Amino acid sequence: MKYVIIGNGAAAVGTVEGIRSIDTNKENTITIISSEKHHTYARPLISYYLQGKTDPERMKYRPDDFYEKNGCTLVAGRTVNKIYASSKTVLLDDGTEIGYDRLCYCTGSRPFVPPFAGLDTVDKKFPFMTLDDAEALAGSVTKDSDVFIMGAGLIGLKCAEGLYGRAKSITVADLSPLILSSILEENTSRMVRAHLENKGIRFLLGDTVEAFNGNTAKMKSGIEVKYDILVLAVGVRPNTAVIAECGAKVNRGVQTDNKMFTGVDGIYAAGDCTETFDISCGQSRILALMPNAYMQGECAGVNMAGGSKDFENAVPMNAIGLIGLEISTAGSYCGTVCEKKDDDCYRRFYCENGLLKGYIILGDPCRTGIYTFLIRNRIPLDSVDFESLMADPCLSALGDDNCKCLESVV
Amino acid sequence: MKRIFINKQWCLGCHLCEFNCAFANSGKTSMVTALKDKQVRPRVRVEEHGKDTFAFSCRHCKDPICIKSCISGALHKDNGIVRIDYDKCVGCCTCITVCPYGAIARGDDGVMRKCELCVDNMDGTPYCVSNCPNGAIVFEERD
Amino acid sequence: MPINYNLPVFEVIRDPSRCIKCRVCERQCANEVHSYDEENKIMLSDEAKCVDCQRCVTLCPTHALKIRENENRFRRNANWHEATIREIYKQADTAAVLLSSMGNPEPLPVYWDKILLNASQVTNPSIDPLREPMETKVFLGKKSTEIKRDSNGRLITDMDPQLELALPVMFSAMSYGSISYNAHECLARAAAELGTFYNTGEGGLHSDFYKYGPNTIVQVASGRFGVYKAYLEAGAAVEIKMGQGAKPGIGGHLPGAKITDAVSRTRMIPQGTDAISPAPHHDIYSIEDLRQLVCSLKEATGYKKPVIVKVAAVHNIAAIASGVARSGADIIAIDGFRGGTGAAPTRTRDNVGIPIELALASVDARLRDEGIRNNVSLVVGGSIRSSSDIVKAIALGADACYIATSALMALGCHLCRNCQSGRCNWGIATQEPDLVKRLNPDIGYRRLVNLMTAWDHEIKELMGGMGINSVEALKGNRLMLRGVGLNEKELSVLGIKHAGD
Repeated sequence: MKYVIIGNGAAAVGTVEGIRSIDTNKENTITIISSEKHHTYARPLISYYLQGKTDPERMKYRPDDFYEKNGCTLVAGRTVNKIYASSKTVLLDDGTEIGYDRLCYCTGSRPFVPPFAGLDTVDKKFPFMTLDDAEALAGSVTKDSDVFIMGAGLIGLKCAEGLYGRAKSITVADLSPLILSSILEENTSRMVRAHLENKGIRFLLGDTVEAFNGNTAKMKSGIEVKYDILVLAVGVRPNTAVIAECGAKVNRGVQTDNKMFTGVDGIYAAGDCTETFDISCGQSRILALMPNAYMQGECAGVNMAGGSKDFENAVPMNAIGLIGLEISTAGSYCGTVCEKKDDDCYRRFYCENGLLKGYIILGDPCRTGIYTFLIRNRIPLDSVDFESLMADPCLSALGDDNCKCLESVV
Repeated sequence: MKRIFINKQWCLGCHLCEFNCAFANSGKTSMVTALKDKQVRPRVRVEEHGKDTFAFSCRHCKDPICIKSCISGALHKDNGIVRIDYDKCVGCCTCITVCPYGAIARGDDGVMRKCELCVDNMDGTPYCVSNCPNGAIVFEERD
Repeated sequence: MPINYNLPVFEVIRDPSRCIKCRVCERQCANEVHSYDEENKIMLSDEAKCVDCQRCVTLCPTHALKIRENENRFRRNANWHEATIREIYKQADTAAVLLSSMGNPEPLPVYWDKILLNASQVTNPSIDPLREPMETKVFLGKKSTEIKRDSNGRLITDMDPQLELALPVMFSAMSYGSISYNAHECLARAAAELGTFYNTGEGGLHSDFYKYGPNTIVQVASGRFGVYKAYLEAGAAVEIKMGQGAKPGIGGHLPGAKITDAVSRTRMIPQGTDAISPAPHHDIYSIEDLRQLVCSLKEATGYKKPVIVKVAAVHNIAAIASGVARSGADIIAIDGFRGGTGAAPTRTRDNVGIPIELALASVDARLRDEGIRNNVSLVVGGSIRSSSDIVKAIALGADACYIATSALMALGCHLCRNCQSGRCNWGIATQEPDLVKRLNPDIGYRRLVNLMTAWDHEIKELMGGMGINSVEALKGNRLMLRGVGLNEKELSVLGIKHAGD
């Protein structure tokens, strides 16, 4: 049995660990093809890298001996140009062909850059996606830099946090009138924005660049932004071209079943390039989240190696810190809203049909996993003391029966 | 593998486990110097709901979602014990968001802390177990 | 507001350099002595509520607490003691009989402490119990003195029913109600593991504990609580309680608050009603009446179980015991004036009855003199504090000892003597579920077994030192005892010589 994994991120590592949990025979080789030259690393950590909280050595997602221990061959710095599903081979950009029995497609996503006028006149412009991007950005930014970040989503704002204190000024622009619109609703978005503005970040919202001209951007609103460094964090697109060509079904992302099988013989897919069924909203969508990527990969790996595993309780969730403010979110924002406020924490819950559907917590993230458990396991709220849970997440308010379904609590 | 189990019926809600846990992980030789006038951050916590109390710490799950979700690769299994590489952890709190037991919390240094069965500071029994006055926390092998 | 004459008896000393404000003391004090002042971030004490049970002191993880007697003193007076004055103030407030619990704490003579044991030197060898067999097993019950033969001339070897004890100690009567379910479970499990017996007291036998029947003595007292056929059949022996050392001459009164659902079912009385044991058995006004009850109980249990008659040590104890020995009873249990109680009028507890040492010596002598010593076994209790007290009691003539206070101490009792409040912080003398759970029987029973195992080792050591290798051989061997600082009369009652004599 020959396994091939395209990609080297969390989904790929999950796939390796999934395969090896079933198939421990290292003669059944795993080949990992990665466009980056690095050992597998934790991509979301690049903003922490900018902050100096970590370094490339510590950012390694798995120990140095990971590939060797798991019988993997890493083909680094190569991309796959084609998958020949009929002959079960992949073609690399250097012309090499590699055969497979089972393939996992974990190519992730790439930055999406709209065709701005005059973008080619900008000298120092960076995407913020990979360790190489972060290293290049870190090498350019100085105490005197004025940084202009296009995009007030997770990537743009984590980049702003990473640069906070390292640059003279940071301006963030987004077409949306709200920041972090993918994970926050209006109220919380405004609260986070107020916090960041308070820290000195400037926002230009509901606005976008009409044209770049060297170190100046002319906004649609007429405002002119001067900058030394431009970061492009407008959005990402899943890397689906290669797999789409070989016959897999691709909507926004690659379509798979619960076993992460694409429908094309021997080919599985996992990670940010795929769509996942989000149980909190009942829709298939791209959940570009690292935990999700790992679990999809693990599921794919188990099934590739002949085991049987389903990935069927995906819930979007995020835990991010932005210059001292903790934000924890999960699920979908539909249904009735319940709020809890105290001095240092704001909690917003969404309930529908007697179930918790989602939450947004600004401040202390203490024990938020208990809320995620309620969403993920669809625990009926009338079986728990939800009033006290909202104020203070604790197991005892879950009631004995729900506690029992959590392994052996008592 | 030996794990910590709770005998709920014997928990007195005295919270001694929390203080002994914080002491055991303080690296100090006296509980007074370790905890006096300090913010106590135990890795075990006493759950209270009305008169019902029980102490709770990491279950060291067989299939731990915290490890799968860790974005930095800091959480890992070592001899069945879910452990944190403090050097790698950046304090992103993703593990807190997924742990259904609420068994992970942030330490003073911003990096996550959780029960590691006292493997670094004791030579056998976790401190919460050996210092429970009523046998409400036990350390044993179960199927 | 009227003047409160009842000043705090104790002081809570909190060492601020050690206190970490963990509030364990606050959570563990059922009397609500400790509290935390959130605003000023300090621990406070309401000392008037403190009973000196030492729970907080014991659980304080930094040893920051001490309880000591309040240093405030009324003007010194050799006649009017501090405690006496307090009691007068209290009764002037309440018009009530003073209640106390556990044993008599007054400084009356403890004869065990004035009796010393012998040891072998030169002329007779001592025995090393680690190398040579040493027997601490005893059998309690009537021992036949005459040889009987059947019509074929064969010896009749049938014995009267006996209790076999692996060591000469039993746990004496404490009712379920006066002590908790968990305390009873500790006693029952320890008795079973040790090969000895515990005693239901007058509170009946909880249905959960019938399985410990072979190690249970079931009591029949003046209130007859919980007595029915299955109860009598469940036990290994039946004890008729005529009196109790802590309160001779009076009955018992368990307040309705302690008659919880389970206690009411076990006692077979309505929940919440006071359980009143009359002072006398209303069917016993003579030895003949007692004999009727003894015989009834034997009849009810098919003559398979020994019957114990328990009496308090009072002035005419020798004559009383002589009567009991003729009543058909197999075992006489005598309870000395230091014996414990869950609640007794203070004046009775502290002023009625006589020391067990003197009672035992005179009873043993009287029964020997009358040639009826083998009719009965003698079990003594009422503050047996150690293995040496047991060895001395056996040398004075006892077959075995009853212990209760020391057993409760193994379970955590710190002798605060407030059992009557029902808020025992150690989970022993209480029925409040939050407090009862403080005594985990898995831990408690193990501590009891440990204590008895230790005492058994010590008994063997002491006997070995005297060159004696069995309890049977030590029994009544008063030559092994010498008195110190005792007058002629005391020595003659005890039947021992003075040291050096």
